[in-house]
Amino acid sequence: MEGVNTVEVTVFVVFFLLVTVMGFLASRWRRGDSLMHLDEWGLGGRSFGSWITWFLIGGDIYTAYTFVAVPALVFGAGAAGFFAVPYTVVVYPLIFLVIIRLWSVSHVRGFVTPADFVRSRFDSPTLALLVAITGIVATMPYIALQLVGIEAVLKTMGVTGEWPIIAAFVILAVYTYNSGLRAPALIAFVKDILIYLTIIVAVIVIPSKLGGWDAIFGAADEKFNAAGSGGVLLGEAGQLQYATLALGSALALFLYPHSITGALAAKNRDVLKRNMSALPIYSLALGFIALLGFMAIAAGTTPVGTDANTIVPRLFQDMFPSWFAGIAFAAVGIGALVPAAIMSIAAANLFTRNIYKEYVKKDATPENEAKVAKLASLVVKLGAVAAILLIDPQFSIDLQLIGGVIILQTLPSVAIGLYTRWMHRGALIAGWVVGMGAGMLMLYNVPRVGPGGVVIREHWGGSAFSLGKLGLDTTYTVYAGFLALLVNLLVTVVATFVLRAMKVDDGVDGTSPADYTAEREDPSVRDLPDPLASDPPGTAPAPAH
Amino acid sequence: MSSPDAPPAGVAPRRSDRSPWNWLLVVPIVIPLLVPLYNHRAPELFGWPFFYWVQLAFVALGVVTTGLVYRMTRRSKDERAAAVRAAAAPTRDGGR
Repeated sequence: MEGVNTVEVTVFVVFFLLVTVMGFLASRWRRGDSLMHLDEWGLGGRSFGSWITWFLIGGDIYTAYTFVAVPALVFGAGAAGFFAVPYTVVVYPLIFLVIIRLWSVSHVRGFVTPADFVRSRFDSPTLALLVAITGIVATMPYIALQLVGIEAVLKTMGVTGEWPIIAAFVILAVYTYNSGLRAPALIAFVKDILIYLTIIVAVIVIPSKLGGWDAIFGAADEKFNAAGSGGVLLGEAGQLQYATLALGSALALFLYPHSITGALAAKNRDVLKRNMSALPIYSLALGFIALLGFMAIAAGTTPVGTDANTIVPRLFQDMFPSWFAGIAFAAVGIGALVPAAIMSIAAANLFTRNIYKEYVKKDATPENEAKVAKLASLVVKLGAVAAILLIDPQFSIDLQLIGGVIILQTLPSVAIGLYTRWMHRGALIAGWVVGMGAGMLMLYNVPRVGPGGVVIREHWGGSAFSLGKLGLDTTYTVYAGFLALLVNLLVTVVATFVLRAMKVDDGVDGTSPADYTAEREDPSVRDLPDPLASDPPGTAPAPAH
Repeated sequence: MSSPDAPPAGVAPRRSDRSPWNWLLVVPIVIPLLVPLYNHRAPELFGWPFFYWVQLAFVALGVVTTGLVYRMTRRSKDERAAAVRAAAAPTRDGGR
């Protein structure tokens, strides 16, 4: 492992260059009149069919970080890391009916971001601002994590130093700036082909080299028994955590601005519904990827230094010839670029629509706005690069956990808001504030426990909150985000009753019930709503209802 | 300049997403969350403990149920044909 593996690096660089060329050409692909509109740049003109949507949303959700961190978790903790599978099974039926309502109302009213919707539905710029800030803050560490994925691969190839990461993200930044959402949509094809190829080969080759699945699970058993922590099955106390983490993560997934950006770019409702039943195919792949963690145990793979995230790249290096390891590494690297691009676009949309135009420059022109969005996407990416270079990667993973907990606090206004306007806008704000506070407090009180039950760090040690801290006589742990959401909902309901009893004005609904079921061919649906030629929802004087 | 809040250009027909088939979606949401049901080693399959292979089987359960709900709640043939015709017609916003 001394020095740089030339073959791996060459294959990796070739694929990376191929993808870069595609990223630049993407601006010509399926293009509308002008990329100088936020809709064209940030939502791909909203015309993606079933296949592209499948690749785009798939590229969005199953990120490089998933491919690197999930097996690393399984390697370290065993069964608990497998939560990613039930999480991605539960998510699609859960949002099946919700996401099509969001698609319809967004296309009728010209919403580009979840905050747009909240602004109009609850007639509250403050609530929209909270939703926008929550989205941006939760997305940043997610982008940083994609870099952790690339970093793990580079480290394994023996490429050290900071410039390769910076180079990768400069390329990413320039082509996203140039092509908008079309770039990741096109590159997602390459990413998925490489990923599936890698997994199929890995699942056939590695177990046969290691003496079959029996030997793999056997080796894992031995390791966890010897270590006295983790296990091939869940411990009694970890089961509730497993279920609530899966459910909580599923609820959070489609609140992330980048998932919504991917979904809104779909051509119609049928495309989305069809995708909800086809996307779980990725989960099957994810299950096999997770088990790479056990394969690494059986193979006696050791990480580079103390960076557990290098486990899978190291396994590939040990098991595959260099040229194929290079392909696998390219899969992970490109798998980082796709979601990072979509995430930075989504965060830029939020900033431009709900902060810049609302609070900084109300009379921004469409060109002006698209320019700000592009600049914002650069700033977001630079922030992510800085985060990676300046702080310990382990800390960025904790930031991601915090991201999941905070994005969940927008569930009442964004997701439940699609069904009912019963909740008072003031109550939603109160729920957000209290839920956020409760979530942070719980995360602060989670210690990180090392092998043998030794506390390594007192605070911010994960997301498994011990119910014993609430005075309950139990060792069960529960996902902090899930508890925080319950607190949020409780406060929202109680405050709604109070505010309604006090007859506090709750504003005017900017949407109508028929909006939520509109189909593409309806006269009310705009093919290409041009929200930039007009004000964001609600800022113009509302028409009399 | 029309505000996105303004009433849309035409009136959308009142539809409903309600269907008894939607209840089927509860199955793939609830079953994978009932951890004690499958936190076992036996029965093994190809050397995989029950815990692992059954969760991959849940993926198939999810695909089948959501796929079925999609099929069953799809709009009628006539309605879809009308939708295709409408989509093929020149765009209403003058090709912008």
